[in-house]
Amino acid sequence: MAVIEFKDVSHVMPNGIMALSNVNLKIESGEVLAIVGSNGAGKTTLLKHMNGLLKPSSGSVFVFGSETKGKSVAELSRHVGLVFQNSDHQIFSESVFEEIAFGLRNFGFAGEELYNKIISTLRWFDLYDLKDRPPMTLSGGEKKRLCIATVIAWNPEVLVLDEPTVGQDYPNKVRLFALIKSLIGEGRTVVIVSHDLEFLWPLSPRTVVMANGRILTEGSAESIFMDEELLNSAGLRQPQLAQLAMRLNLRSPFSSLDDAVTWFRGRI
Amino acid sequence: MSRATVEFRDFSFTYAGMKIPAVRGINFSVEEGSIALLAGASGSGKSTILRSINGLIPHIYPGEYKGDVFVDGQSVIETETFELARKIGFLFQNPENQIFMFTVERDVAFGLENLGYEPKEIKKKVEWALKLLGISDLAKRSPSELSDGQKQRVALAGSLVMDPKIIVLDEPTSLLDPKTAQEVVHLVEDLKRTLGLTVILVEHRLELVSAIADKIIILNKGEVFAEGKPDQILAKDNLHEAGLSIPPIIELQKRLGLVDSDAVAMDVDDFLQRFVQKWQL
Ligand SMILES: Nc1ncnc2c1ncn2[C@@H]1O[C@H](COP(=O)(O)OP(=O)(O)OP(=O)(O)O)[C@@H](O)[C@H]1O
Ligand SMILES: Nc1ncnc2c1ncn2[C@@H]1O[C@H](COP(=O)(O)OP(=O)(O)OP(=O)(O)O)[C@@H](O)[C@H]1O
Ligand SMILES: [Mg+2]
Ligand SMILES: [Mg+2]
Repeated sequence: MAVIEFKDVSHVMPNGIMALSNVNLKIESGEVLAIVGSNGAGKTTLLKHMNGLLKPSSGSVFVFGSETKGKSVAELSRHVGLVFQNSDHQIFSESVFEEIAFGLRNFGFAGEELYNKIISTLRWFDLYDLKDRPPMTLSGGEKKRLCIATVIAWNPEVLVLDEPTVGQDYPNKVRLFALIKSLIGEGRTVVIVSHDLEFLWPLSPRTVVMANGRILTEGSAESIFMDEELLNSAGLRQPQLAQLAMRLNLRSPFSSLDDAVTWFRGRI
Repeated sequence: MSRATVEFRDFSFTYAGMKIPAVRGINFSVEEGSIALLAGASGSGKSTILRSINGLIPHIYPGEYKGDVFVDGQSVIETETFELARKIGFLFQNPENQIFMFTVERDVAFGLENLGYEPKEIKKKVEWALKLLGISDLAKRSPSELSDGQKQRVALAGSLVMDPKIIVLDEPTSLLDPKTAQEVVHLVEDLKRTLGLTVILVEHRLELVSAIADKIIILNKGEVFAEGKPDQILAKDNLHEAGLSIPPIIELQKRLGLVDSDAVAMDVDDFLQRFVQKWQL
């Protein structure tokens, strides 16, 4: 079943810019979907339609089968959790602890269950030592981590991430990767917008390429990232492992580093 | 002999209200006309170091300041921020912290107007910068009505247009699409080569900037963890410890045992040239 569906969606900004034009897209339950494309392509605008922050100027968006028109962001967010591209637009509480508590309280968590959820989230994201800090004093990467934690805490069926790896170091990227894998394992759905193609590659997501408010094409990560011409036209570049396979004239790319290591070990 | 343009001497800083210093015992220098890459885990102190170069620390951020930071031979603590701003172009981690005019072109022109440039000169420079960042078509748009990556391009244009001696960039490509990110990296190298610009930049994705850096400084928990030429640094086997993601092509060489103590192929083409041609695969 499609958890989210866009039908002929266009979105015109107040200044007249056509940020989305005629978008049709089905996001299936349990998949990882990557959305890529150049600056201004419409990726963030698309994501903001998924939890009702934006409503289509024409066309319809369906979340779990019902149209977003007339639904509140609060209602939709319980099921579709959006992590913002700019953390400063998401954060507003006085402390890291409160930031995580807020969303949970909104969705009806209370008492001991609330407290335990907050603490386990803080610990899992390695934010416990920062729990009393005003979020505005966190480093850029710490803020982003908090924003992801806040949404994960209430465990929405669909997790929507806008540039989640920005400012993330190695351990945090590993954690994020593991998190996405485990959510998918539990049957949840993950949508990621990212310019970090090295991060996306080993997730082998179904990939949607956007340009000028439209969906240019979609396909497996492999089919998209082995197509240099397409990448160039969409402001993208090949991830290193795809590039390497291509230069070696291999028919299919290395899906992971282990893959590449094995290939070379057998030959040198 | 080239003079050091930026120098940290036994520098430590503790933000007001915090118990432990964000950075401590910092000693390093960046030569005039070179590119230094500052890398390290989230929270390791990179932005704090940058704020200490342009004077936000200690002039705006209160806290406990120890040691010295010199920019162009002058002590930062004794230099007014406006004077530092004239020499140093700065890009914040969040571009929204530095764009505020009604149109993109006014925003990019803002600093030049403040310095009293002729309108004609301003126009020329602004056009140059907009073109450089591929945003000429956004000139009349409001910066608040742009995508985040477009905002980052505007902020970059605004700091480059000032023709600074030193430019300090906090994750300048974090919001850029991969093609533009690569273009900005080349642009930075170009400015260094042609104008002798000194560049200090922070970036998590080593694959993007290692090739243009003259020096990499790695911070870990507020201290300098390692410092050296890019291939020396990338050849190290304890990069994960310092929170760094290793570019796949570098990791591959490590796993295949191809890394000498200080020689490593930086990108795929370099790798192919160095090894694969030899193996005749
Ligand atoms: N205004 C502030 N007040 C108190 N602590 C701060 C403040 N700004 C940063 N810190 C803390 O100082 C340490 C260093 O922060 P800094 O922003 O320099 O890290 P960073 O290396 O730039 O991290 P990132 O890669 O996540 O941007 C962190 O632990 C951070 O939480
Ligand atoms: N608040 C706004 N008001 C008016 N136009 C906007 C606004 N935000 C974005 N736009 C415009 O809408 C289009 C799509 O922007 P969007 O933010 O969706 O792009 P994006 O693909 O997320 O880009 P990026 O990679 O830079 O984040 C762009 O042309 C942009 O300039
Ligand atoms: Mg965006
Ligand atoms: Mg920082």
